[in-house]
Amino acid sequence: MDNFFKDTPDFKFHLENPIVEKIIKLKERNFIESESYDYAPINHEDAIDSYEKVLNIVGDICAKTISANAESVDIEGPKIKNNEVVYAKGTSENYNALHKAGLIGMSLPRKYGGLNFPLLPYVIAGEMIARADAGFANIWGLQDCAETIHEFGSEEQKDKYLPRFNRDGITAAMVLTEPDAGSDLQAVKLTATFDEKENVWKLNGVKRFITNGDADIALVLARSEENTADARGLSMYIYDRKHRAVEVRHLEKKLGIKGSPTCELVFKDAPAELVGNERFGLIKYVMALMNSARLGVGAQSVGIADAAYREALKYAEERAQFGKEIINFPAVYEMLTNMKVRLDALRSLLYETTGFVDISKVYEEVKRERSLAKEERMEMKKYLRLAGVFTPLIKLVASEASNTIAYDSLQIHGGTGFMKDFPIERIYRDARITSIYEGTTQLQAVAAIKGVTTGIFLDQIKQYDSEVLEENDVLKYKLHAMTVLYEKIYKKVELIDNTDYLDFHSRRLVEMAGNIIMGYLLIINSQRDESFKRSAKLFINLVSSENQEKYDYINNFDLEDLELYKLKEPKIS
Amino acid sequence: MRPLRIIVLAKQVPDTRNVGTDAMKPDGTVNRGKLPTIFNPDDLHALELALNIKDRIPGTEVIVLTMGPQRAADIIREGYYRGADKGIMISDRRFGGADTLATSYTLVKGIKKLAPFDLILGGRQAIDGDTAQVGPQCAEKLNIPQVTYVEEVISFTDNQIIAKRRLEKGVETVSSAFPCLMTVHESSPVCRSRIAKRVMKYKYARTKTELKSRSTDENLLLLHDKRPYLTIPEWGVEDIDAEMSKIGLAGSPTKVKSVESIVLTSDESKVLSDSDTDIEMMIKELIENHTIG
Repeated sequence: MDNFFKDTPDFKFHLENPIVEKIIKLKERNFIESESYDYAPINHEDAIDSYEKVLNIVGDICAKTISANAESVDIEGPKIKNNEVVYAKGTSENYNALHKAGLIGMSLPRKYGGLNFPLLPYVIAGEMIARADAGFANIWGLQDCAETIHEFGSEEQKDKYLPRFNRDGITAAMVLTEPDAGSDLQAVKLTATFDEKENVWKLNGVKRFITNGDADIALVLARSEENTADARGLSMYIYDRKHRAVEVRHLEKKLGIKGSPTCELVFKDAPAELVGNERFGLIKYVMALMNSARLGVGAQSVGIADAAYREALKYAEERAQFGKEIINFPAVYEMLTNMKVRLDALRSLLYETTGFVDISKVYEEVKRERSLAKEERMEMKKYLRLAGVFTPLIKLVASEASNTIAYDSLQIHGGTGFMKDFPIERIYRDARITSIYEGTTQLQAVAAIKGVTTGIFLDQIKQYDSEVLEENDVLKYKLHAMTVLYEKIYKKVELIDNTDYLDFHSRRLVEMAGNIIMGYLLIINSQRDESFKRSAKLFINLVSSENQEKYDYINNFDLEDLELYKLKEPKIS
Repeated sequence: MRPLRIIVLAKQVPDTRNVGTDAMKPDGTVNRGKLPTIFNPDDLHALELALNIKDRIPGTEVIVLTMGPQRAADIIREGYYRGADKGIMISDRRFGGADTLATSYTLVKGIKKLAPFDLILGGRQAIDGDTAQVGPQCAEKLNIPQVTYVEEVISFTDNQIIAKRRLEKGVETVSSAFPCLMTVHESSPVCRSRIAKRVMKYKYARTKTELKSRSTDENLLLLHDKRPYLTIPEWGVEDIDAEMSKIGLAGSPTKVKSVESIVLTSDESKVLSDSDTDIEMMIKELIENHTIG
């Protein structure tokens, strides 16, 4: 079956999540646009059917074009020619195929030529594309920038830039990082000065590690307020490549995702338009952009994990040693099954999170058109809170797991996997970046720990618990026991009341909560679809021992032990 | 360049590339019910060529014409999904059992009803019959020039089209006056993918018969009332003014005597030159071993 959508029934399952009905109703404003657009859905079933049919196109292009090009793109990579980034041949083919099929600007409103899809089918598309070629998924995923312009840009900017996505297939870039401003974006130095004579903003300075930096349009974070050094002096701008005022100085040579150009850019009096208000660049707009990008990396990680799993399975079924296929050896089938079990858990968390983000985003959209009723406001608040902690959670767990799954897949390939002969060595290299960019795992823990400290995770765990049917009591009790451990150990951390101590254990605490949440999601999914039963049982077994280990570690760890870890007194620069 | 009016001949065929064990009935005929149906691969190349010309000459109209049972309406929908402007179904039980002669007669009747046209494109051959006869027969019956094995359309003027033909040992560039018929070779570019908005727009396209025969829900009928373009035109014997003696089984001189499953045991081959002696020798051999005659 040469179609990435058809060969993964889970996608259809997640599209049928009960929350989707509410999302579609809000997103389609009760299907009013079917009167004015011949491709708008007339009801819920019609909308779902359209998502499936369009995802079928994506799945087809993934199988026949993008994955077929992945190897040559990895070898060829992009180049700089006459100060322009030239994609590898396969990259251009991939992007053209998606553009010609009308898939760019999937989530943009119809009046801008978009498909007005909710986030859910868009994230599914992102996952499939990452499975086909993780590096290419970045170029695809940067259409998130259109979403940011739609959310914060002026009407004039929206009319000017948004129609170009679907119609012309323009590409985009988020231009944030600088040599001295990586994780700490408050340190951004690139300047934006208003040229009174020309009545335009001008950008000057250097940006580094910019994915797809030579895109048609770029969202640039720049310092607009002189003599400031923090986040409040930063604003966001749209730069259009037609001005030709940016030098692409260098393309990075990378370990993985080689098809995705990573640029060093020099802005030289580059004319740009301010997005929204001055000073809100980082604190509001980039934060929103980063959140979509983090969800995107979550999807990318799951896609990579799926690709790695399939490669391992295929190899283990074909490779014979000691007179039988290696899939028959316990050491091998344990690895394979655990990969699949984790994949199911990650995907469940990914689409659960997507649902939360989707519904809060669509409420924000509706809010710009009319005032929300009281229940709607409450609901929006609830989902915003959930999205705020689930997004870093999925980014953290999915990116880490995609690395271990790629590791195990390569292991199953044995010596062959270490050679360039099979796709797994590329997948293994591609996975590595996911736990680094758009905020490292360590920074995701800092964001997700709020879910632990404010009790959002625990409340949601209780909500899930109430949805578990009696037939699943045995698994539920195991999760109860895990929840008790989690609560107990967090109490201890809370009592110690020391920021460094909390930071030290934050990843462990977040992962404990994540494991419980994924366990519940698998049980709840198994109540709609029996095929999740095995994964639910095995996953809960797997992570209950993991959580026990984390519990023991924190439990035996006193505040004083922290001192033993410190290598140096911090030198504040 | 003036816009062209292009008719693409397309056929729904059993997917002979994915044949299971029950693909043939015990009597040696194709078990059509057991085979999934697809858009004949070469015809998809023809559709791509038509759409490519449409990209190059704005205003060009691409019409997909198919003949077959009701389920062949999938061909028309597929055409819409990929960019065709219009689709016509020739469907009537009385057309059933047609060989290439009856098929080309029927198609030509349909084409004449669609006239005027500039260009007719079809695949080189279908993967079920593999005759490659229907295209050329249509051209003969329409009395227009034909260019077979087309790989690429290089250029056109108001009166002339220049195309590249893919031959066994090279390529040949030929020109033809309009109107003409071309059969398209599989070495031409593969067909573009379905287009998201068009899939959503045309997914409810149905023939009148489909609307009647299915347990059609009320909404679909209402939608067809509101959006007339969703109703696929459907032509029967009377619509195209066909003579009964020239269609279906009655119009088909080809009679299948038997079908055998041949398993090739040796892979030796003979290369013959195009000299008269070689050809004579081959014909003699074929008559002797009863392959022909």
